[in-house]
Amino acid sequence: MKVAVLAGGLSAEREVSLRSGRRVSQALRDKGVEVFEVDIDADLLPELRKLNPDVVLPLVHGQIGEDGSLREVLDVAGYKTLGSASAAARIAFEKPIANQIAAAAGVFVPKSIVLPQEAFKSLGAADLLESAISSIGLPMVVKPSHGGSALGASVVQTKAELPAAMVTAFSYGAVVLMQPFITGTEIAVCVLEDKTGIKTLPIVEIVPDHQLYDYDCRYTAGMTEFFVPARISPELTAAANEIAIKMHKALGLKDISRTDLIIDAAGNIWFLEVNINPGQTETSLFPQAIAAAGLDLGDVFLNLLTNLDQ
Amino acid sequence: MAENSSGSRLDPWVQAYASRATSMRASEIRALFAVASRPEVVSLAGGMPFVEALDVEMFRSVVNSVITKDAKTALQYGAGQGHVSLRESVLEVMRPTGMSAHPDDIVITAGSQMAIDLIVRVMCNPGDVILVESPSYVGALGVFRAYEADIRHVAMDVDGLNPVALQEMIAKVKAEGKKVKLLYTIPSFHNPAGITQPQARRKEIVEIAQREDVLIIEDDPYALLSFDSIIHRPMAADEKERVVYCGSFSKIISAGLRIGWAVAPHALREKLVLANEAASLCPSNFTQMIVDEYLRTQDWLAQVATFRDIYQQRRDALLTALTDHMPPGVSWTVPTGGFYSWLTLPPGFDATAMLPRAVSHLVAYVPGTGFYADGQGRSNLRLSFCYPPPARIVEGVKRLSNVMSEEAELLKTFGVGGN
Repeated sequence: MKVAVLAGGLSAEREVSLRSGRRVSQALRDKGVEVFEVDIDADLLPELRKLNPDVVLPLVHGQIGEDGSLREVLDVAGYKTLGSASAAARIAFEKPIANQIAAAAGVFVPKSIVLPQEAFKSLGAADLLESAISSIGLPMVVKPSHGGSALGASVVQTKAELPAAMVTAFSYGAVVLMQPFITGTEIAVCVLEDKTGIKTLPIVEIVPDHQLYDYDCRYTAGMTEFFVPARISPELTAAANEIAIKMHKALGLKDISRTDLIIDAAGNIWFLEVNINPGQTETSLFPQAIAAAGLDLGDVFLNLLTNLDQ
Repeated sequence: MAENSSGSRLDPWVQAYASRATSMRASEIRALFAVASRPEVVSLAGGMPFVEALDVEMFRSVVNSVITKDAKTALQYGAGQGHVSLRESVLEVMRPTGMSAHPDDIVITAGSQMAIDLIVRVMCNPGDVILVESPSYVGALGVFRAYEADIRHVAMDVDGLNPVALQEMIAKVKAEGKKVKLLYTIPSFHNPAGITQPQARRKEIVEIAQREDVLIIEDDPYALLSFDSIIHRPMAADEKERVVYCGSFSKIISAGLRIGWAVAPHALREKLVLANEAASLCPSNFTQMIVDEYLRTQDWLAQVATFRDIYQQRRDALLTALTDHMPPGVSWTVPTGGFYSWLTLPPGFDATAMLPRAVSHLVAYVPGTGFYADGQGRSNLRLSFCYPPPARIVEGVKRLSNVMSEEAELLKTFGVGGN
């Protein structure tokens, strides 16, 4: 089997994507798969025509990689591709829409305010920020409505910190999402879907050194403590697994996904976000879940690709 | 609760690292620089010499010549002080600046970065005070942090390091019961400030260093890349016992060869040689011999002139583009040589926070905070004009201008920084 692993691109998550791509590519090569790593750019389609892969494995993070655009292009060009279809990707990528779907599916979703920069400009930022604080309370999380790796995300403790947090978030995207900062046990549930069905992997519990599981904590080994399986009751484990599968199905995702959740002190499980193309770096959550399940990264991807091949 | 009480930090040595490794971690800024390497992005960030201006065929013949003449030596370990023949050639390279020395005064290092490392290694204990300009070279700050030095920034003015501020800082340090161990300065075509100290200013600084018994590290990698025909005389030319001079071939031949040098007072030089041996046994014999062969057989001064003309055209393109496109309230330095101009943004602008927007507009710069050890520099950024051709520089400045317009709108909307 000849596989083209797509990584890189021009998003702020380029470095993460390249690391994911290298790791998965090597894992597949170890299984005897012929792998070509492609850094996506304007020459993507000519490059793919030249390589003529049996399957394309996109590991591109950020806008083009996760909002369905790349998948759409690959579908139009007729490539067999691992992962969620473009329509599902589009919905999952838009955190506010994914939140609505989660809420409709009966999952607890933190109250959120989603506004573009234009709204603040037209309607007056001071009043809107006051209203946001009244509605959501402090502390709150401010983050771009797109993208991953917590880029542009801040925890706001005081009213005075809010304008700078808005500026930071808007530097990464045109729409910003504000939510209450829920403290509790942060977990990630990884989902695999193959011909045998949809299953979850052991839940990863995340205990970052910083208040937020931010970029530093995500990609610096040592700055976060992970517990796999998570130190939660069997009942909460079952409930979290159920939510992750529910989100995978409700959003129409395929092959692979990761749902990030937080369990508050009362034992309520809150939906944070779903990721259709989870990171596969040395410090990422998905490879840890795979290892905890006694599986091998290369085997898992080979199985998914082979499944796709049939 | 399950019984899984101890987690994994994915790093079995997490408790074992030295305290100096604390700041060595991933960051959003580094992630954004990964995008800057893509050809779609106009990178005004990195200070990469324009090595495309070298004649590759000529260089191939130089490398061939080294192998043909003396492969046995080139492929072997060498002396910790560096190749004797190259040390003689270094004297010729320094001659236009007015620097004179004996070949034995010179230590060859793996780039001048290694020279800075070795000097701090033999001079500083953790907590020792090192004075640096405000701002200062990011690579030197990295070395000083690695040796856990107490880094203090001293204000600059249009003529570089300000002597009054220097004297005040030394007094302040003394009042704290500490002693200033080193003063690190880049007098010519400063990185990142793009400023050059006039001779009178250099003399004042040396006098203060003599009076206060401070050793100066004079970092001079851009010495020959002057755009106005003035080669500035280094401090070390007139004060060899008080100044350690660091030179580099990275900007006048090739950064990939990793060859630099230090000229140091006798006793310190002996220690630098021993430290060099401890760090790397010896600099690469092969690349030292390539540099030496190149200097002895090629018209290297003509090549320097070629580089200088290219960089001057690019500097001009940058300055014209800044004048044409930057919004009111932005100011910048006018370098008379070297690679960089230093921008000061209007109140409220934060160059670090603005970088993601810049990268999404396909232009990159280095935020000013990288050039400070104490969190200053948020309203500054460094633009490098050395690598992109003039048309790309103009395009990059146009993009940066659009980024700043959007940022101004954002700051105004949220009332940040008095906008």
